[in-house]
Amino acid sequence: MIPEKVRRGLGAAALCGVLAGWVVSPVRAELRIEINQGQLNPVPVALTPLAGSGAEAERLGRDIIRVVEADLQHCGLFRPVPEASFIQKMNGFATAPRFSDWRMIDAQALTQGIIQIKGSSIRVDFRLFDVFAGRHIDGLSLTADKTHWRKLAHMMANAVYCRLTGESRGYFDSRVFYVSRTGFGKKQVTRLAVMDYDGENHHFLTQGQHLVLMPSVSPEGRELAFLAFVKHKPRVYLMRTDTGQTRVLGDFKGMTLAPAWSPDGRKILLSYARHGRSAIYEMDPASLEKRPLTDGRFIDTSPCYSPDQSRICFESDRSGTQQIYIMRADGTDPRRITFSKGSYATPVWSPREDWIAFTKILNGTFYIGVIRPDGKGERLLAQGYLVEGPTWAPGGRRVMYFRQDGKNHVLCSIDITGHYEKRHITPADALHPAWTP
Amino acid sequence: MNNTYKLMSAAAMVLLAACGTSKQQDGSAVTDGSAPAPGTVEDFNVNAGDRVFFEFDKHVLTADAQRTLDHQAAWLMTYPAVTVVVEGHCDARGTEKYNLVLGEKRADAVKDYLTALGIAADRIQTVSYGKSRLEDQGTTEEAHTKNRRAVSVVTIQAQ
Repeated sequence: MIPEKVRRGLGAAALCGVLAGWVVSPVRAELRIEINQGQLNPVPVALTPLAGSGAEAERLGRDIIRVVEADLQHCGLFRPVPEASFIQKMNGFATAPRFSDWRMIDAQALTQGIIQIKGSSIRVDFRLFDVFAGRHIDGLSLTADKTHWRKLAHMMANAVYCRLTGESRGYFDSRVFYVSRTGFGKKQVTRLAVMDYDGENHHFLTQGQHLVLMPSVSPEGRELAFLAFVKHKPRVYLMRTDTGQTRVLGDFKGMTLAPAWSPDGRKILLSYARHGRSAIYEMDPASLEKRPLTDGRFIDTSPCYSPDQSRICFESDRSGTQQIYIMRADGTDPRRITFSKGSYATPVWSPREDWIAFTKILNGTFYIGVIRPDGKGERLLAQGYLVEGPTWAPGGRRVMYFRQDGKNHVLCSIDITGHYEKRHITPADALHPAWTP
Repeated sequence: MNNTYKLMSAAAMVLLAACGTSKQQDGSAVTDGSAPAPGTVEDFNVNAGDRVFFEFDKHVLTADAQRTLDHQAAWLMTYPAVTVVVEGHCDARGTEKYNLVLGEKRADAVKDYLTALGIAADRIQTVSYGKSRLEDQGTTEEAHTKNRRAVSVVTIQAQ
């Protein structure tokens, strides 16, 4: 009756003050959303209010459910059922679900839970049910400081998302670093900014004294590599995201650009430009040791490691047009993988290793697409006058990029099936997103 | 080498012809107020021309661009204390990373041309802004043409 409690190591989440314990039911999920083929009908989910005693608990409980609803709606795979249509009123775990009532309003999944406040911390326990099978699928207990209630809500949404889709990682607790831009011409100001994926907890990391571009965030989110123009010298800099402490990365005579962290956080790839050509270099950010991986006879840029760090994808104009290549991590055996019409740029390897996302330009139109690392299965996901610079969501199911909308630039993301494009709200023009791994 | 000198003197003559009518030989203030004072940033921008334009995805200097650079070189010869930053720019129809390198190609093409005309390389710095500092935000071909440019920004050293 009482399910076995299992603690899961949730590294980054625990660091941010949210502790989670899975309550695993012996019953395997029968409600499983197949998303490989593209899900056109979102699954209706009923998220019932968290039961709590006291006004503060009730208010926080409502706020948390609202965030979970927004998260599940964002990915496009779920449709929260409006509370007004609920037939059964739930009161925490004291009420057993009457599945017939939930079937009547077409809810396919159901959550039920409680919230408790103890001093400055909150605890949420909730259960997930498969309505049609009439079964308890899963349960989870989450504890966090009150100030991290949004994070707790995102973890709850991740749990529902993962359990129902079979994905191993949700993206709702992620953050996005990007370049914020205001003004034009001499009044243009660019600043590095960071926000939760849903636009909350937004703040600026630089104050706009220098032109900044192309942030790349380290795996734990502690350091940011980016391009800054200081005294007419564009160079890659490294900044600690907590203290803002900044240093130039390496000693190069010319422009360095396109930084990309390795998945283990020990190396940074970048391209080093001299006389209108650029070579790909691997840097050790601690020792500043550098190693050229391509010879610098062409425009080789936009490098990105494979998740296991054995290979690197990059773009090069060595064939005469920009195309995507893959080489071994030591720079040997470069092979071109794009052969269709148009030019291909800014390849980024999915954290699941299965796809490489890119920007494509064909007949004056920009596209965001994905291709298999062996060059097969190219699919275009988004298009426009300007869509550029894909970055993967944690879990590798979603791609974010920036889109020019009139004179403004906005951040958008899309499911890899090409459905559910969503705009991410930012306070000003937004370019060059970097989704936290 | 010989050709370079010929080009140089021709450029200087063109420049003198262009400026002769609007400037006082003794350097006193121009009464009509329409012409910039010689040796100023405005003088360079107006009388030499501060920018050259490129074709799509190209860094080759067109005949028009070369004429402008001839004027720039002659002006820089006349004012040897002036230093210049050549900014390479691109239109919005390429990706940011590629355009940064293309912009550098354009700035380098200008620097190479100016140094071939005898301007000391250490007076010229280059920088590429790619497409991050557009001149025109429009989406027309006219806007793209304006954006594909290299701009020579001169700094007059304080005496």
